[in-house]
Amino acid sequence: MAAPDILPPKGVRPPIIGPGQTFGTITDRIAGIVLTKHTPIFWVAIVAVAAALFGMLQTAVGYLLVKGTGIWGITIPIGWGFAIVNFVWWIGIGHAGTLISAILLLFKQTWRTSINRFAEAMTIFAVMQAGLFPLIHTGRPWLAAYWLFPIPLTMGVWPQFRSPLIWDVFAVSTYFTASFLFWGIGLIPDFATLRDSAKTLVVRRIYGMLAMGWRGSAKHWNRYETAYMLLAGLCTPLVLSVHSVVSLDFAVSVVPGWHTTFFPPYFVAGAIYSGFAMVLMLAIPFRYLYGMQDFITLRHLQNAAKVMLATGMIVAYAYGLEMFMGWYSQDKYELAMVNNRLHGPYSHYYYMLILCNILIPQSLWLNKVRSTPWILFLVAIVINTGMWLERFVIVVMSLQRDYIPSSWGMYWFTKWDMMIFIGTMGFFTLLFFIFIRLMPAISIFEMRTLIPQAKVKE
Amino acid sequence: MAEFETPTELVEAAKGAYAAGYRKMDAYTPYPLEEAAEAIGAHHNRVALVVLVGAMLGMIGGYSLEYWVSAIAYPINVGGKPFHSWPAFIPVTFECAVLGACLAAVFGMLALNGLPQPYHPVFNSPNFVRASRDRFFLCIESQDPRFSPSDTRKLLESYKPEEITEVPY
Repeated sequence: MAAPDILPPKGVRPPIIGPGQTFGTITDRIAGIVLTKHTPIFWVAIVAVAAALFGMLQTAVGYLLVKGTGIWGITIPIGWGFAIVNFVWWIGIGHAGTLISAILLLFKQTWRTSINRFAEAMTIFAVMQAGLFPLIHTGRPWLAAYWLFPIPLTMGVWPQFRSPLIWDVFAVSTYFTASFLFWGIGLIPDFATLRDSAKTLVVRRIYGMLAMGWRGSAKHWNRYETAYMLLAGLCTPLVLSVHSVVSLDFAVSVVPGWHTTFFPPYFVAGAIYSGFAMVLMLAIPFRYLYGMQDFITLRHLQNAAKVMLATGMIVAYAYGLEMFMGWYSQDKYELAMVNNRLHGPYSHYYYMLILCNILIPQSLWLNKVRSTPWILFLVAIVINTGMWLERFVIVVMSLQRDYIPSSWGMYWFTKWDMMIFIGTMGFFTLLFFIFIRLMPAISIFEMRTLIPQAKVKE
Repeated sequence: MAEFETPTELVEAAKGAYAAGYRKMDAYTPYPLEEAAEAIGAHHNRVALVVLVGAMLGMIGGYSLEYWVSAIAYPINVGGKPFHSWPAFIPVTFECAVLGACLAAVFGMLALNGLPQPYHPVFNSPNFVRASRDRFFLCIESQDPRFSPSDTRKLLESYKPEEITEVPY
């Protein structure tokens, strides 16, 4: 078992990798999770629950396809409910994976190394969950093909390229493809490691095929590193643009509370906030269950907490700015929106939002909180809840009371809304645990570069 | 094929072999080692160019698609905006450029590396499984004009590797 988390003395930062690691121990510890014959009991238990929730998702989506979106709580005037809230929530969560992989690589932050692989996997699985919602919320997804995608059809109908809804289609599919490719090429050298460490022939053949014959040739590594850096440089503006485009889904409308130019940076900061919270929600149980404290050290947890604190402050500023601009504009509809948030029928959600996203995360200023995994885990859950509430407040509270009081309405979710939402969480967990069992959840070849033996001495 | 325990030894041997005039050789490491690539003479690669071409194709393709759909195939008057409303076309153009560049980066890198290549003679070398674990290899190919079984072996031996093997080819 790995050493327990010991906080170093004040002023000393915890190391990026535990002491005494060698190339061999790194390979064995990480590949051991994949190549072992004995699947841990907790893995089976978690996958069983996740699979059951996935089944619930399939049932609910199936019923939706048969009966239509009337089974959901959406109504006039709130035509966008849980589906869009969940879509934005999942996409936001995905952004931290790309940030860790791409942006921290460009900034030469070596602490990204032990968390980037599963953070990238988290991104892919989160985008898969997110992508479900725009498809099913159309009500007749089989028709969505020609509404959303530019395909030649006999009716001669084409998408409207001036609409953020189509920009979304291109942005999210590009984001999924780019993240998948980035994750994929990161895995090739590690599949080679698994191929060479495999104990049975079948396992060796499978990983051998996935490794594509990778042999660690320096000439290959040379091109590989170039491609890797370029992909990081491409994914960085991509991550910023994707959530900006998602925010434009709201910002280009004229609904008060939606129509602000601040949405793109606000949404991107919020996405990084919830994404890092999800990374911590995955990293903390993972390192505990699999004894990876030497690889995902307190330093990683502390740094993730600091990023969360920083983005949380940006999000707090955004909330303040929204309310201030609503008042400062003295526009009666903006003032009504401010009033609705503070005193309207859903105001308790707004206050919960302030509690979850601004007040509770202030505890991250304390090093004690940043260095205690179980407290961080709870704070991460609170932040993810808060970010979900933020999208709820944005979508539902603005739609339920817009311009004309006679059009005002109320929204409540139905059991089908909730079943699909919880079902996507189950699907995500299922995918993630299958990934942990079959593929190295920490980047083996990059971890090797962190130990002192890896440097060439002059 | 010489096997070394540390990257420093490998880079030294590679530099020595390069100085002795060997060009057809390769180093095998468990993680990317810039110094090793430089020592055997691998410098600039064409991946960046491939990515640029991919990005340009993606960009032009995306923009052309939008223009053709919005101005020729299915023109719709939306709020009096012109059919060729180029500012509105920028987001999709950008996304398509990034998509083209990413696909070019990955498949270009694999193609330039000659992968997938499931078989290569070095896999027959007895201890080569450790190339993906904790050993560093330097392989001088017999196709090299300066290669001679005895001289090359003497040169490699002077760098004190763990082992020298002949790779069946």
